[in-house]
Amino acid sequence: MKHDHKLECQDLLGNLSDFIDGELDDEVCQELQRHMAGCENCRVVFDTTTRTIYLYQSCANEIELPAGARERLFDTLHLDDLLKPKS
Amino acid sequence: MTETSTDISLEALRSGDRTHFARLVDAYSIPVYRLALRMLGNEQDAEDVLQTTFVKALQHVSEFEGRSSLSTWLYRIAANEALMLLRRKRPSISLDEEPEDEDGEVRPPLQLADWSALPESDLLSAEVRTQLDRAIQSLPAKLRAVFLLRDVESLSIKETGEALDLTETAVKTRLLRARLQLREQLAGYFGERLRQEK
Repeated sequence: MKHDHKLECQDLLGNLSDFIDGELDDEVCQELQRHMAGCENCRVVFDTTTRTIYLYQSCANEIELPAGARERLFDTLHLDDLLKPKS
Repeated sequence: MTETSTDISLEALRSGDRTHFARLVDAYSIPVYRLALRMLGNEQDAEDVLQTTFVKALQHVSEFEGRSSLSTWLYRIAANEALMLLRRKRPSISLDEEPEDEDGEVRPPLQLADWSALPESDLLSAEVRTQLDRAIQSLPAKLRAVFLLRDVESLSIKETGEALDLTETAVKTRLLRARLQLREQLAGYFGERLRQEK
């Protein structure tokens, strides 16, 4: 079979999200993995996209409410009598 | 979070139970604020959206039919509020216009520096965090909303579609574009850094 490299790169790009999310059939996954083993550019795109998502997820976990925002919110909602210290 | 969603009774919320509403606020105020902050890039605007989201939730919780989860419902209100605020603040930017049409081909990646193996300490520095903020703010708002709900808040494709009134196909298309555009921007930044280190 003729190896149509360009077509396979485009296939990987089109399936990239489903591949990352583990939503592809095993057979398609294996084909894409085979392709990446021989295509450095696609391997880099896959690894750096996965890493990009990871970085946003990691930083998100550090976001907290600004000082006093919880109290202001409870006050606006007239729930201030239910404001308990956060455990 | 001090409460989990299992501590919150939908029936109690619908009947106006204030204790359960306070639990809802404590369970979801950080995720709602986080979404708003990343959507808007400004703490004050994010707090405004946080407040409006829960005011609207309080007003309409008695009508909530439970067709989606409570969290998806709150994210839906918050995303709409954030998009409306962006429209008001930047009327020159049309949120209805995407830079590419839904069916258009995905642009091939241009930045191919391999920064995926950089150590964790390099990837989570203050400078990188600034780049992450810059990159996400440069995305069209509708791509940003999809990326944040799906990849940061971990909603499913279906839930993301419910929150943003999009079909699952549209969510997937926008998600791929958002991921690739963010990757491209970060690859540009890390590529430059790797070149300087050589």
